[in-house]
Amino acid sequence: MVGGILELAARYRDAGADELVLYDITASPQGRSVDRSWVGAVAAMLDIPFCVAGGIGSVADAEAVLVAGADKISVNSPALQRPQLVDELARRFGSQCVVVGIDSLATPDGYRVQLHAGDATRTRDTGRATTDWVREAQQRGAGEIVLNCMSSDGVRNGYDIAQLRLVRSHCTVPLVASGGAGQAAHFAAVFTEAAVDAALAASVFHSGELEVAALKAWLRARHIEVRP
Amino acid sequence: MSDADVVIIESGGANLASLHHALLRLGARSRVSADPAVIAAAPRLLLPGVGAAADAMSRLRGHGLADLIRTLRQPLLGICLGMQLLYEHSEEGDTPGLGLLAGEVRRIPPAPGRPVPHMGWNTCRPLQGDPLFNGIGAADYFYFVHSYAAAVTDCCRASVDYGEAWCAVARRDNYCGVQFHPERSGRAGARLLRNFLES
Repeated sequence: MVGGILELAARYRDAGADELVLYDITASPQGRSVDRSWVGAVAAMLDIPFCVAGGIGSVADAEAVLVAGADKISVNSPALQRPQLVDELARRFGSQCVVVGIDSLATPDGYRVQLHAGDATRTRDTGRATTDWVREAQQRGAGEIVLNCMSSDGVRNGYDIAQLRLVRSHCTVPLVASGGAGQAAHFAAVFTEAAVDAALAASVFHSGELEVAALKAWLRARHIEVRP
Repeated sequence: MSDADVVIIESGGANLASLHHALLRLGARSRVSADPAVIAAAPRLLLPGVGAAADAMSRLRGHGLADLIRTLRQPLLGICLGMQLLYEHSEEGDTPGLGLLAGEVRRIPPAPGRPVPHMGWNTCRPLQGDPLFNGIGAADYFYFVHSYAAAVTDCCRASVDYGEAWCAVARRDNYCGVQFHPERSGRAGARLLRNFLES
């Protein structure tokens, strides 16, 4: 498993990825923290920033991951269950390394934040409006918001531009789009139409359908500034 | 007295592993220390820093390091907050700095399309030649994470545009600083660290 992570991290580093997010999406629902033995190994080989997400529920959890060499930690369900966690992390480590991940679903009542979205059997609606949580997370010290739009996640039909534009208007810290990337044009659309600071994708890269270097060349040719 | 090529000055902040690894990839051994004797004897020094300026300064003073750092003759590179501490003053917590670089560190004003913290990859505009920038040009990207930055003053060797021009690389004599994170800036960052190791 660790070998797999290192291999993948090296592949994306060499392909020109600007940042890696390493998720253990099943950690929180199972009530355990992320297995950290691999964090140090990833830190030793990466020369780009990386963020660890999953199961970080305390300052001590976060510290272990940061001491091992991660640049940022991302909190999602534990922050919903105890929002004070965001304040504690920001006070201890600074906002720049505190990312709040949000799983948001379009419902008849508007966009709502979902808890434990990593495990479909335990996912539930918090009843919170996504924009309310985005504002609160920033007030508590989040330095970055990753918005995962669940309706578009995994279907590869493009990012949820309408939702990201709405959240952008409530978000003065860096906003990262997540969920829906399926082709290069989806990245161009989310940068130009939703003004996000970064776009995250997983399956479309893992499958090899889209290659990071080729995607960046394609975006540059369309005058969207990306690091070569 | 020290078996390390580089001593990383302990100024608080949890993430020193990435610096250690970046140096190791260049074949340089490093150790973290707050011991004045180790710091005084070091061939080269890094002053990192993550977190708040006031905490870092009080930690340096608490270890008796603020005065020591001002008397060093060997190359010292401040990184991110570590660079900001080299200036006279920071707006962050109204904190007096080490006063080795002329100028003030101010909060970056947020604006639509320009979130703060400034977090991401940017190119730098070289203003004056500097050995740190050997082999590095205006097309190279560096990774920035900061909410405060120094104005462009005489000691600024390269600037970064984020709403206005801010200092990205500064130097006075053996003291230099970079606002970005060379340890997380890919090949360009590795080149800059190598330039520092060879300075």
